Amino acid sequence: MTTERLPEHDGRQDSPLLEVHNLKQYFHGGRHYVVKAVDDVSFNVYPGETYGLVGESGSGKTTIGRSVIRLYDPTAGTITFNGKDISGKLDKPTEQMLHTDMQMIFQDPMACLNPRKKVADIIAEGLDIHHMYQSQAERKQKVAEMLYKVGLAPEHAERYPHQFSGGQRQRVGIARALIMNPKLIIADECISALDVSIQAQVVNLMKDIQDETGTAYLFIAHDLSMVKYISDRIGVLHLGHLLETGTKDEIFDNPVHPYTQSLISAIPCPNPRVEKRRVAMHYDYKTSGIDYDKGTLRLISGTHYVRSTEEEFDRWTKGHQI
Amino acid sequence: MARERILSIRDLAVSFRTTAGVVHAVRGVSFDLYRGETVAIVGESGSGKSVTAKTLMGISSRNSTIESGTELFTYTDEKGQKVTRDILKMTTKEIRHEINGRRIAMVFQDPMTSLNPLMPVGRQIMEGMIWHYHTPKEEAAKKALELMNLVGITDAEKRFKNYPHQLSGGMRQRIVIAIALACDPDLLICDEPTTALDVTIQAKILELIRKIQKERQLSVIYITHDLGVVAKVADYVNVMYAGRIIESGTVDEIFYDAKHPYTWGLLSAMPDLETDDDRLYAIPGSPPNLLYPVKGDAFAPRNRYALKIDSRVEPPMFRVTDTHYAATWLLHPKAPKIGMPEELAKRVKRLLKDAERLEEGRMSAEAIATGAMAGAVAEGREVSADQSAPKEMTEEPGTNKPAGMLTPEEAVATRSAENASRRRKHSSPCGDGRKEGGV
Repeated sequence: MTTERLPEHDGRQDSPLLEVHNLKQYFHGGRHYVVKAVDDVSFNVYPGETYGLVGESGSGKTTIGRSVIRLYDPTAGTITFNGKDISGKLDKPTEQMLHTDMQMIFQDPMACLNPRKKVADIIAEGLDIHHMYQSQAERKQKVAEMLYKVGLAPEHAERYPHQFSGGQRQRVGIARALIMNPKLIIADECISALDVSIQAQVVNLMKDIQDETGTAYLFIAHDLSMVKYISDRIGVLHLGHLLETGTKDEIFDNPVHPYTQSLISAIPCPNPRVEKRRVAMHYDYKTSGIDYDKGTLRLISGTHYVRSTEEEFDRWTKGHQI
Repeated sequence: MARERILSIRDLAVSFRTTAGVVHAVRGVSFDLYRGETVAIVGESGSGKSVTAKTLMGISSRNSTIESGTELFTYTDEKGQKVTRDILKMTTKEIRHEINGRRIAMVFQDPMTSLNPLMPVGRQIMEGMIWHYHTPKEEAAKKALELMNLVGITDAEKRFKNYPHQLSGGMRQRIVIAIALACDPDLLICDEPTTALDVTIQAKILELIRKIQKERQLSVIYITHDLGVVAKVADYVNVMYAGRIIESGTVDEIFYDAKHPYTWGLLSAMPDLETDDDRLYAIPGSPPNLLYPVKGDAFAPRNRYALKIDSRVEPPMFRVTDTHYAATWLLHPKAPKIGMPEELAKRVKRLLKDAERLEEGRMSAEAIATGAMAGAVAEGREVSADQSAPKEMTEEPGTNKPAGMLTPEEAVATRSAENASRRRKHSSPCGDGRKEGGV
């Protein structure tokens, strides 16, 4: 297997908050059948930034999120978070650190909240587990602050999840993640179940919270337009491989991999006269002649990498290089 | 050719009995549909768009009541005579016999659940033909194969005997479309046909529906919440909010000259453009609960342009042009003159410029769309379009190549040339560049 490494700092001075190196996550379905959900993926997330992971369903983006927060045991590769290796067996203090400093927001706001618990108890569950308050009054105070921060009213604390709309429930999910004051939040398709007008509200809220608390996001989504809006850097996944990574400008201004190009061209553009005459680009892995296993991440410019073989790299970058 | 009206819905009102009370999901919807045209219904979940479509198929849920309205559907019967019937007055049995699948067909949101998991897909395509027309089996099978080829399924013969679980999501949705087309319907209702699919497949399915519609002179009702999809497929747009159509017009009128504040909000809330601002525009609040009667304009509490009258009297549909109507008091002659928000107006101007360039053939549609995605600076792109625009188009007017016919490679080449020249122009990141260019 090729061992590829991103350069240590992606052109940044500070050290990464989360480093994922050659992560592999295989699932065994029977004795001779292995699903390689994530195969050899490396990327870094820096403090206070948003890293967007995009790809179609089955590309392994959710699996990466869940491996990073250790809902799965990674098959191979290292994950370093906050300077500590979290990919092997965890000792108590590391586990504590992981469980407080990394939090997750889930996709379906209807399904991820316990219907039999009050919102206050849902939000304060982390506090309860880690004994992070001295008195009930302090707990109540912390919950009220958090509700205010995500745009809900204090009286909402005594209600149950079913009494809220989808957007409000997602706010509860965000409050629950935020109350531990995490350094990294994994947002797994957290807006795709919401209506268009509500999506904008939640994304704005997430941006405001980032400005205020300096938390980093690993933003997982299939909607490239929203990813472009929220992310600083983007990684494009397909069939378990990271095909292209770079800042959002690098990816959108100069997409090199044919798959990235097809993803970008598939986004409908809200201009009827243009859109009506346009045909989206077609990409089919089977007929494209590209073998992801053969490629390695190659530097294009700045922090922009593409997974390719030497020959593919020359072909893709020739002619449309800056 | 005169437009032939095939569907006319008037004052449709539907309510649901629930344990919490009566929900007035649709409160007076009217629109027309002509042969070969596409009307899109846009709205948030709960705005009543799916309910409207389901009454057409007679498949409303059991606790629903149709309170008023007519749905006149015109079709040609077996004897070749034109018949106009009110679907709402037909019995379930009649609808099942005359309408469902035969003259109006529907494509549902989730291809996982709308196919029968126990029946090979080929037989599912044949089912409707055999039921409605008593087509002999061999003939039906032959037609099913043709349909599978039409919807772009390769090696159709092998797929014919496959079960739905053996196909991918995109394939399944193609099968659903083939089933819908099996009986040559006059009207196709697509209820969020691509929401459950990936973006790359979404584009393919939309292009497929568009192609088939042109070939067969189908009328299509397209239900969606995604304005990007609307731009791609629709001729006419109805924007729904809280059970009413609040703005309707041709697709150009809605996208370039919207009048209702809600439509402004929807258009501004779309992130994919050159919007590099820090904040996305969000419509504040959430839609009203239709359990309670709506007083005045349902959108007023979320509307920053709301007038006093909005809280008391529901606005009627004001006429803007013969095809464009909007229900907002802002259009009343006595209302203060409020135009669309500045940010949106700027964006519309840019869109129109793009469209113009396309019509002049200076740029390909692909290049514009991807260029917009790339966050191209409006001004920077203009410069590059003049300098390094596709030479094959400006230099060889004789070949007369339609703008939309660029191959992907060419489009890429064009776009990168543009990007390159733009970079030379603005070495700063595009956020800053935009500020320079925008003033």
